[in-house]
Amino acid sequence: MHALANPARFLRIARPATGWLLAIGLVVSAAAVVGGLTLSSPDYLQGETVRIMYVHVPAAWLGMAGWAGLAAAAVSQIVWRHPLAAVAGRAIAPGGAVFTAICLVTGSIWGRPTWGTWWEWDGRLTSMLVLFFLYLGYIALASAERERGGEGRITALFGLVGAINLPIIHYSVVWWRTLHQGQSIGVSGSSIDPSILWPLPLAFVGFACLYAASALMLMRSGLARAKVEARLRRNASQ
Amino acid sequence: MNQWAFVIAAYAVALTAVAVLVAWSYAAMRKDEAEADRSGGRRE
Repeated sequence: MHALANPARFLRIARPATGWLLAIGLVVSAAAVVGGLTLSSPDYLQGETVRIMYVHVPAAWLGMAGWAGLAAAAVSQIVWRHPLAAVAGRAIAPGGAVFTAICLVTGSIWGRPTWGTWWEWDGRLTSMLVLFFLYLGYIALASAERERGGEGRITALFGLVGAINLPIIHYSVVWWRTLHQGQSIGVSGSSIDPSILWPLPLAFVGFACLYAASALMLMRSGLARAKVEARLRRNASQ
Repeated sequence: MNQWAFVIAAYAVALTAVAVLVAWSYAAMRKDEAEADRSGGRRE
């Protein structure tokens, strides 16, 4: 990671990587959507609504992974003062907020025909909603700190403290057994039949590539803006 | 209750949101990199 501390070296890798991630993300996401809507089987109990899982679950994973990445960037900013860490944190946050919002909205759409309700103050649903608000808070704080010329250390601390919510989301279905079902996919395997499971990893990979491409593009944007601002400051001081 | 209406709504929300995220990130990158180039800097 320290090899990428130099923005010029980072950009040499980020420029081609952006295009590749976009292309792979678009192709794999399209395959997942076609597979999820037309090729996979309906569930014997849920019927066709099981297809919502192919966008809902990857969005939930990416919403949580985004905050984990943001917390890692915060650690690297606070501990090692990595010059790209603050830019990375600011670039990761919008995508995380979007995927968390997708998870909440698609979960609500799935809940109406399955549970008979759009929303329930269940542990999993509420902790995901908290994650969405944490993203909004992070984006607002990062923007305010940047405008005041700060280094983004308060934002980094916020990112680190907010990571407490990740284990709460993960274990919410164990600690509070209310409406949301327990974990059906884990490291050791899955309780979902392979005939309806296969579009899920495809959608995850496709969305993850698009999220990574978005984060890289926003990092490039942030670095370009920093360059312009540095030049303006230099010109003003001469 | 037509289940497909819920499926289509969920996919429409998800795909629109991802498309907006990617398009917005791309527009921001293009705008800021063009401004950096215009302000006299060469690309490293």
